[in-house]
Amino acid sequence: MTETVDTAVDLGLEGALEGPLPEAAVLQRRPWLGILRNALRLTRTRIGLAIVAVIVAIAVFGPLVAPHSPTEFVGIPNSGSSSKAIFGADALGRDVWSRFLHGGLTVLWLSVAATALGVVVGVCIGLVAAYSRNWLDDVLMRGNDVILAFPQIVLVLLAVSALGPKLWLIVLMVGITHAPRVARVMRGAAQEVVERDFVKAAEAVGEKRGRIVFGEVLPNVTTPLLVELGLRMTYSIGLVAAISFLGFGLQPPTADWGLMINENRLSITVQPWAVLLPILAIGLLTVGTNLVTDGIARAAIGIDRGKS
Amino acid sequence: MTAVQTGPSVEVSDLRIALTGTDVDIVDEIVIDIQPGEVLGLVGESGSGKTTVGMALLGHVRRGGRVSGGVIRIGGRELASLREADLRRLRGGTVSYIPQDPGTALNPALRIGRQLFEILEAHAGSSGQEHGERVREALEEVALPSDETFLDRYPHQLSGGQQQRVAIAMAFANRPAVIVCDEPTTGLDVTTQARVLETVRELCRSHRVAALYVTHDLAVVAELADRVAVMYAGRIVESGPREKIFTAPAHPYTRRLLRAVPDIAGKRTVVGIPGHAALPGRRPPGCFFHPRCDFARDDCRGAFPPVSEHGPAHEVRCYHVDAVVRAPTPEGAGQASRRAAGTDTVLSVRGVNAHYGARPTLFDIEVDVHHDECVALVGESGSGKTTLARCVSGLHKDWTGEIRLGDASLPTAARARSTEARRDIQYVFQNPYASLNPRRTIGQTIARQLELFFGGERRDAGQRVAECLERVALSADAANRFPDQLSGGERQRVAIARALAAEPKLLVCDEVTSALDVSVQAAIIELLGRLRQEMGLSLLFITHDLALIRTIADTVAVMNEGRIVEHGSVEQIFTAPSAEYTRKLLANTPSIEVVLGHATAPS
Repeated sequence: MTETVDTAVDLGLEGALEGPLPEAAVLQRRPWLGILRNALRLTRTRIGLAIVAVIVAIAVFGPLVAPHSPTEFVGIPNSGSSSKAIFGADALGRDVWSRFLHGGLTVLWLSVAATALGVVVGVCIGLVAAYSRNWLDDVLMRGNDVILAFPQIVLVLLAVSALGPKLWLIVLMVGITHAPRVARVMRGAAQEVVERDFVKAAEAVGEKRGRIVFGEVLPNVTTPLLVELGLRMTYSIGLVAAISFLGFGLQPPTADWGLMINENRLSITVQPWAVLLPILAIGLLTVGTNLVTDGIARAAIGIDRGKS
Repeated sequence: MTAVQTGPSVEVSDLRIALTGTDVDIVDEIVIDIQPGEVLGLVGESGSGKTTVGMALLGHVRRGGRVSGGVIRIGGRELASLREADLRRLRGGTVSYIPQDPGTALNPALRIGRQLFEILEAHAGSSGQEHGERVREALEEVALPSDETFLDRYPHQLSGGQQQRVAIAMAFANRPAVIVCDEPTTGLDVTTQARVLETVRELCRSHRVAALYVTHDLAVVAELADRVAVMYAGRIVESGPREKIFTAPAHPYTRRLLRAVPDIAGKRTVVGIPGHAALPGRRPPGCFFHPRCDFARDDCRGAFPPVSEHGPAHEVRCYHVDAVVRAPTPEGAGQASRRAAGTDTVLSVRGVNAHYGARPTLFDIEVDVHHDECVALVGESGSGKTTLARCVSGLHKDWTGEIRLGDASLPTAARARSTEARRDIQYVFQNPYASLNPRRTIGQTIARQLELFFGGERRDAGQRVAECLERVALSADAANRFPDQLSGGERQRVAIARALAAEPKLLVCDEVTSALDVSVQAAIIELLGRLRQEMGLSLLFITHDLALIRTIADTVAVMNEGRIVEHGSVEQIFTAPSAEYTRKLLANTPSIEVVLGHATAPS
């Protein structure tokens, strides 16, 4: 409706102003909740959330309901579906279904941790760079360029091959290589915001720099932030899975989705499930996170506010 | 290109434009005739539908709307019957358009010459040689140089006034029969505005072009238009010859609107209109103005009043014209009893020079603000008035000289100042759409200000926020809202409430009304006047609008190119200006009263 009307949208507030004043103004403290509530009204968010919930449930509760131990031999290698193993046995004769149920948790928490690390560091760098507008901006952004010059996977592999396949190292390296990418986007988004008058108003009354950056600027870049969050989560899942596929993550005989794909890829024609199940799970997880992110982003900028 | 014809160039009858897919009208029952050579001023506030009507003459309706009734004839041809290709030929040929903001209307990637050639090529298939001459002629008509160096420039290399004149040259290039001007002087300085208005008027007269001049600025209409139509909430409520509308307005809205306009020629208070115009779909039954009207009776709530003839060519849509015309003009309490300014100095600026990078912007500025005094800083864009205000509030750091608050000399940057100094000087920004954090509720914004200066007693924060809002005539309900849920005037009230929450000694108001409608501007000015009386505020009031000063300021400093060229009391500046520049500003400021001969132009 705003489009068809000349300028300001008036909600008839002044009309409502007559009459006795209520006791005190209610200070609504969490506009965030409203955004999330609006996001939940969107079909895409619901579908995404359902997908993510299913995959996360498999990863978290899978080990509890798995019929076998992930290292137990249940049949002839690469045999098909049977009463003991509904998805058959893998290349070494272990139960595919049980290994699948056991193998998700690591991918999941490694991705979440790496994303969180990358986004937090990236947001800090990006916002500080945008707000400082001086040499600090240059130093931070040129430092970013150095990291951006290498493909993410190369840096991660470099570190794990030098220091060994340690999980904390994977989180650290994936996070660190995410950070400059997040920082670049956040700086771009914040550059326009830091020039606005409300930031000047905060400076004029002497707000602390940290409070201006995280209290005034950050809430105005939540839309690109949420999009970045989803995107980085997607990349994290892919990267972590790729690293364990390459053998630098969890070591055999532990069950892990990335590792499963590697172990069984040669026998894909005789026993496709051992490869397909982890691929489907990883794929659906990325699609799900993206849908949720998209829904939140839409709600945050108010695209669908009118519909509710 | 204009076919010789008799009768009006523009005939609009019963035009209705509705929101797509609904029966809700944006504008309705619009009747307009414009004769060749005549300028019709279409006046209204934001949301009144004036731009919608203007665009309809170009056969254009904004997305979300559609023409759902009535007839538009341009030079006898009905727009609705034209195919898309004919409409394209019509636009820029028979009907052309002068945009509000030439900065966005001109293509920044193309040279001026190229853009002028393009518009000629689009409408006449003739040779490049002829076009060259037409381009030169078109530029000379708007008093721009037409040599190669000028044609080779890009839009960003021209000033705002030059850009607007290029846009006018483009609009007149194809000798149109009708021209639609959409607030073409908004955002221009008065000197530039005067020149642009002069150009438009001359071109319309000499080429017998019918013009629809869409604007919110009544003073501009008084200078330019032959006839005036006043729009309110999608209807034309009054139309007639210029003199009638300004001297004997018969519609209550027109009368209130005129009382909201400050005028350099008359020292009188401005009076805002309480309430605000209803949006499409929320308009009240009956006359749309009745909830805000002093003359409303029961019959006003029934049906929208029909058009009635009030005098020769003077049409009004009101049931109670006779009562309205007999009533005295509304008076406001506003500034009637102004407190005498104190003698103790709140702020003193001594020998301040400021720079932006290597470029000096302020030269040796000296200003004092006394207790209870309102000092106005007037100047055109680029005069340095905002820079000075920002030096005072510590937002601009690159200055030398001395600024004293009471007895204390202030450090340059706000961050280096004491909490008391920051509290005592509060800044209200020009644009209330940008000065409030869109992600925070009004309550959070004001509560933060209170917490910053008076510590955080969370329990009574809500109560104190409500008090702050009440001071600017907003209800405590507003605290739960986000800035985008408020109108421009309400937002500016919030910005003022935030500033006052700090209980400052000095309020720096930087063009606080320039983004607002006149009736809203008047209400904000009334509010500031009332607050001064109640709270004993000292004001540093920055504006480009000379007329506004007359209603609010005690002392005026006129700035030009970074210097104060004249400094004195309001009376002195208006009655006996000493600086050449001040005289020029006064002469170029459009005034309703001067145009109509009610008052003589100052000096």
